[in-house]
Amino acid sequence: MTIRKIAELLEAKVILGEDKLDMEVDMAFSSDMMSDVLAYVHGRTLLLTGLVNEHVIRTAEMVDMECIVFVRDKQPTQEIIDMARENDMVLMTTWHTLYCTSGILYSNGLTGVGRRK
Amino acid sequence: MPLIAEVFEVKKDDFVSAGEVSAKIKRTLKKLGVDSAVLRRISVCSYEVELNLVIHSLGGTIDFSVDQDGVTLLVKDCGPGIPDLNLAMREGWSTAPESVRTMGFGAGMGLPNMKRNADEFDIQSTVGVGTEILMKFHLK
Repeated sequence: MTIRKIAELLEAKVILGEDKLDMEVDMAFSSDMMSDVLAYVHGRTLLLTGLVNEHVIRTAEMVDMECIVFVRDKQPTQEIIDMARENDMVLMTTWHTLYCTSGILYSNGLTGVGRRK
Repeated sequence: MPLIAEVFEVKKDDFVSAGEVSAKIKRTLKKLGVDSAVLRRISVCSYEVELNLVIHSLGGTIDFSVDQDGVTLLVKDCGPGIPDLNLAMREGWSTAPESVRTMGFGAGMGLPNMKRNADEFDIQSTVGVGTEILMKFHLK
């Protein structure tokens, strides 16, 4: 699914990476625990989270995630945006909750990461 | 003779810099052309261990080296040591304080995740002395 389609479905505001909206992700992972992101994520995965700090960007960098959606209208600080820019990431924010955000994307065909290898 | 050998210091409770060492390691290995799947495993391990040094240790070092066979991360801290290694290796078991959990860490996934992602993993710990973790990643 393209980032553009995800933004449309979630009525999301694109904070960073307008030029990368045609990029595709294969699955999504929802969590406020970055420890779990490090343990579960592989491949081209979208991160959905209500956590907003620099560690979210650093964690995404480590597992090669290129797009992050902040839920519940959470707004990243300029420092977080700058850090994401250095890593060529797309940042978006949506008013939906984590549960609803996940449900909307799942019902439109974007699956989860599945069982760990 | 290693192609690259560098030692990074990691300070206790330094959450502002946490992850910078791992980002440097990742950038270095990317320049060397390390396969992206292997690089992701190395990055996960270095970040996990760097966070462990910040959260749980009294400070320590990450000795990063690359040679013909692969990448090695040798991590040593100044204590306090892990009383029960079997418990520490169990997924979901954590001694991280609530303040660390609010930052998104301390789910008790760190050590098991390192073991899963490294090609070779060894941990030794003595209470009152410190912990040493050796992780190797094959490049071939």
